[in-house]
Amino acid sequence: MNETPKWGMVIDLDRCNGCTVCVTACSLENNVPYVGEGDAGYGRSMQWIRVERYWEGEYPNVVARFRPIMCQQCGAAPCEPVCPVFATAHSEAEQVNLQVYNRCIGTRFCANNCPYIARTFNWFDYSPGMPLPLNSQFNPDVTVRFRGVMEKCTFCIQRIRRVEEEAKAEGREMLDGDVQPACAQSCPSDAIVFGLLSDPNSQVSHLTRNARAQALLLEELGTQPRVIYLASERGSKR
Amino acid sequence: MTAKAIPLPQSQVEEEEDPRQHLLFDPRPREELNSMVLEAMHSTPISFWIAVIILTLLVIICLFGAWGYMAVVGMGTAGIRRPTFWGMFIANFVFWIGISHSGTFVSAILRVFKAEFRRPFTRAAELMTAFGLAAGAMYPLIHLGRVWVSYWIFPYPNNRWLWPNFHSPLVWDMVAITTYLLGSTMYLYLPLIPDLAMARDRSKGWRYSLYRIMSLGWRGTEEEWVRLRTAIRIFAFAIIPVMFSVHTIVSWDFAVTMAPGWHSTIFGPFFIAGAIYSGVAAVIMIMFLIRSTMLNMKYFMREEHFDALGKLVLVFSFTWTYFYFSEYMLGWYGGDAADKALWQAITHGPFAWLWYLMLICNILIPWLTLWNKKIRRTPWVMFIICLLINVGMYTERYLIVPSMIARNRFPFDWDSYLPRIELVISLGSLSLFMLLYLLASRLIPLIPVWEVQEGQFAHTLRKVGKTHVPSVSETE
Repeated sequence: MNETPKWGMVIDLDRCNGCTVCVTACSLENNVPYVGEGDAGYGRSMQWIRVERYWEGEYPNVVARFRPIMCQQCGAAPCEPVCPVFATAHSEAEQVNLQVYNRCIGTRFCANNCPYIARTFNWFDYSPGMPLPLNSQFNPDVTVRFRGVMEKCTFCIQRIRRVEEEAKAEGREMLDGDVQPACAQSCPSDAIVFGLLSDPNSQVSHLTRNARAQALLLEELGTQPRVIYLASERGSKR
Repeated sequence: MTAKAIPLPQSQVEEEEDPRQHLLFDPRPREELNSMVLEAMHSTPISFWIAVIILTLLVIICLFGAWGYMAVVGMGTAGIRRPTFWGMFIANFVFWIGISHSGTFVSAILRVFKAEFRRPFTRAAELMTAFGLAAGAMYPLIHLGRVWVSYWIFPYPNNRWLWPNFHSPLVWDMVAITTYLLGSTMYLYLPLIPDLAMARDRSKGWRYSLYRIMSLGWRGTEEEWVRLRTAIRIFAFAIIPVMFSVHTIVSWDFAVTMAPGWHSTIFGPFFIAGAIYSGVAAVIMIMFLIRSTMLNMKYFMREEHFDALGKLVLVFSFTWTYFYFSEYMLGWYGGDAADKALWQAITHGPFAWLWYLMLICNILIPWLTLWNKKIRRTPWVMFIICLLINVGMYTERYLIVPSMIARNRFPFDWDSYLPRIELVISLGSLSLFMLLYLLASRLIPLIPVWEVQEGQFAHTLRKVGKTHVPSVSETE
């Protein structure tokens, strides 16, 4: 495996039942704040992953379609060139988009230019208002963000790093499936699979050769997303 | 310079009943003009001080107070939410930069083309540019999530070798607006020097000290005049491309993105047409306010100026309409699903009332009224029309900024936007503009007296088509 590792994700829309466990797991893993009832109702909830629900067909033949969407870790990311201070940057080592919280000045230009609406903004300082014992639930591997910065899904880069370091310490290669982002780990129906797209024998590479693996989200925009959706055939006419 | 009685050609006399309604054909002695302008500058009635106090309080509370509160508590005090990450602040930014456009446009373009009617109101227009920029250039800072680190956008040397991202339109904005602010301030200052010297020679006390420093030791020698004229000419030509570049770059904040409705190649000229449209209307409003609140100004700012600028407004109304419909009709014709949803939301969705308000104010009202010479020559009617035009142009910016990003490619994430603290801060920055203008009107001569005198005493009549226009040759 000499080329740069390219991480990717496959989401099987036939398996997703819209339970939103991935949303909860992601928020706990990445210290995503709970914004409170009022602001969440106003459209300011900050989850890095959302499950979109669309209805298809007319009553009584209605099918609910679910589509989990998070940052697609684009190869040609629209968010990157518009940031005036390089706070959104491309990681050469992991081939994901990074958000440098300390560098962000909060122009929110990246969020406007993201066609996937994947980015969220810290409207207030959420962590200081937390009742005290609850701060123990923060994940020490992830920065607690302050007001006025953007944030988004990182493919749980802290977990990628940890597995890499463990493998190095044990003097072995990383195995496929060693890295599990919170959403993939928690998904009860295994709809989300994560791994190296650059490794032809990994499970994700195997799934991308599936006949249903035709859908990159908004592929026509040329963003080269790293999340591959397996098209849903459940309930369709075929 | 000596006053010459210039006999008007017979045809002119028949056509225009009283030639003295034109400022250039109604000369007064130089000293009288000087003292008229100085008297207007020195008069500070009680109403002036009341206005200054109210505006100062508004600026302190609504602009700096509310802004500070927002910076300390968080951007959540504004009404923005996902996916409308940009709201009224950016609409205000575009609006004020647009307003600031026309001051220089009116002054520089008319100077370059030697339109002699420009003479009395160039300074009023240039001041509008400077203060409009002051109000507008604050908004990119106000809307930052972390304004205290905003200096990171500047390319300054630091020990980590971190540079700003020159691919980002926000960095282009920073460069363009800084250039424009410096250029237009110098362009405002150059024609001011002889007037400051005039004021220096006729005042004492702190005003004398102030004008003595600001007039840079101007004595009015032949050499000084030659140099001043050269410098003004260079700046008048050079500021025009800078002005066009600034608003094009502002439009690129939107046009280079992938958001449906923003992603459009026509945004550059479209924004410039809109900026000049709203700005010329604002010049008319300011002329009306100066005329009705300051002493002696009815002599300088006359019906003929409202008439001429009214024609300009009508022309730019046509231009703006053309760009507007070619932009939106193409999106509609293209049939892209996101564009279609946007078009639907604007024409008969939640934003339709804004759209119709904009069409009525920007197209219907000027097209119905400004044909009429009598309406163009009635200042208070022109004030109302121009106010409505600016309401319409603000609505257009509001439609472009927060309304268009409320519609994206995922209907699940559609949302709308309602301003909260933005309204207070907008009131504050409007007060800042008016306060700066009020103070400037009593600190510097608001009329370029030497230019008016030059126009009155040194013009000759040239035949252009069927009419005769006054023209000032470059001899002194």
